Amino acid sequence: MLNTYIEKARSGTLWVTLLAWLCLLFLYFPLFIIVLYSFNEASVAAFPIEKFSTKWYTLMFNDASLMTAVSNSFLVAISATMLAVLIGVPAAYGLHKFDFPGKRALERIILMPITLPGIVTGVAMLSFFPLIGLKISLVAVTVGHVTFLLAIVITQMLARFKRLDPFLEQAAYDLGATPLKAFLGVVLPNIRTALIGAILLCLVLSMDEIPVTFFLISRDNTLPIEIYGMMRRGITPEVNAISTLVFAGSSIAILLSIKLSTD
Amino acid sequence: MRKYLLLFPLIVWLLIFMILPYAFILIQSFLETDMFGKVVYHFNLSSYQKIFTSEVYYSTLLRTLWFAVIVAFVCIVISLPLAYYIAFIVQRNKVLIYTLIVLPFWMSYIVRAYAWKIILGQTGILNTFLMSVGLIQEPMAYLLYSDFATILCLVYILMPFVAIPIYTAFEQIPKSLIEASKDLGANGWTTFWKITFPLALPGIISGGTFALVLTMGDFMAAFLLGGPKTLMISNIVTNLFGTSNDRPLGSALGIVILLLILVLLEISSRYEKKYATFKS
Repeated sequence: MLNTYIEKARSGTLWVTLLAWLCLLFLYFPLFIIVLYSFNEASVAAFPIEKFSTKWYTLMFNDASLMTAVSNSFLVAISATMLAVLIGVPAAYGLHKFDFPGKRALERIILMPITLPGIVTGVAMLSFFPLIGLKISLVAVTVGHVTFLLAIVITQMLARFKRLDPFLEQAAYDLGATPLKAFLGVVLPNIRTALIGAILLCLVLSMDEIPVTFFLISRDNTLPIEIYGMMRRGITPEVNAISTLVFAGSSIAILLSIKLSTD
Repeated sequence: MRKYLLLFPLIVWLLIFMILPYAFILIQSFLETDMFGKVVYHFNLSSYQKIFTSEVYYSTLLRTLWFAVIVAFVCIVISLPLAYYIAFIVQRNKVLIYTLIVLPFWMSYIVRAYAWKIILGQTGILNTFLMSVGLIQEPMAYLLYSDFATILCLVYILMPFVAIPIYTAFEQIPKSLIEASKDLGANGWTTFWKITFPLALPGIISGGTFALVLTMGDFMAAFLLGGPKTLMISNIVTNLFGTSNDRPLGSALGIVILLLILVLLEISSRYEKKYATFKS
């Protein structure tokens, strides 16, 4: 036993393991702090915690503007995700099945809103949208979100289509199915789990999005912008409570998404 | 014909809601404002002239680049052991531990930035903890609202963006090469610097570039955790589209940031190719 430790220490394995766990601690300790202090009764987050309570959760659920922001966020996320799926899934299928001039360029353009900095996309949309009659509002926010969610839906679905057995679809055609029927009856059921994974990811990303939303928002805040406002006004432990819920909700959705997209 | 039908909605959407907005700020960067701050269609180069002649813009640009370099470097240094551990040392639960770095990758920016605010504040958790164990007598007031807090927050948020490509690069290295090096008598350290590190260089470069580029475009960290002097280039853009209301100048600055980022991406992809040994 001792010998293996000495051996590990000599080969450096022990040190690397230690450093790696320190990195993981660095990644998760701040999140742990938020969750812990959301149950702290005092209004100042100080060490040690004197008394635990759930009063900040009660306060949070009674905070009208925060709850409005939550429902705005859900509204934007659900609409943006639906649109991104409706446009993105057929497009990913087209990109998978066909070759055409300019395909590579199109694939790069699709990725632009996630490769280019959000701030540039944000100010570009802020400047241009009013010119085509799209007022700065939650609708504009939704349109902005669809644009970057398309990149997510298309990359995720393209990866899934590539793993799809091409003979399945061929068999459907041989049995007389129309292309639409083959897609709905054979392709779609096979990619269903990956699609649900992509949808979950889109919902999380839209709910958390800041740079584009920041510029396109008017008076109706989304959740991250509302939290941002609360933070600017000073620290209130209510933010701990809502952050804990965001953390829990998005963790579940992301883990499910990872699980489903590798299926 | 069918392929165009499938792709048509996408192309129309991207054209109207992405390409045209990008094209429009390029145009707007060559316009100017009237005395009321309204954009007027009078083409000139005055915004670009302002950027390259007034000290505040290029000094902020340089400082932001400097921040970006620090953030990228620190992210790489702390990601290396973590990625190495998951790729080469972990035997059981490898997927689980890998998921632990993917999870924060997708997680809310604002929540993760907020955590540092309650940790680093003057009456925050770190200060009150250190005082209660007697390590310090006075709270360290300089922790929060500083360059340090801004950089720490960016490192914290961007670390998964760096660790994931480095891990992927490590995974692609054939284990036999590392065993061969050890069989030939090299110790772990030598093997790492002579075999593992050079072979993982494309992943390290691509991770570092993510950190560089994302720091260049970030305005939230400095807003939330920075001091009065922590101004990053994207904060200036935000101000120009907000209170300062000079959209042509803001657009020009946006275009400059964009070009700088494209140059960085191009340089990095050249180096990635240069050092690439394995096709992914």
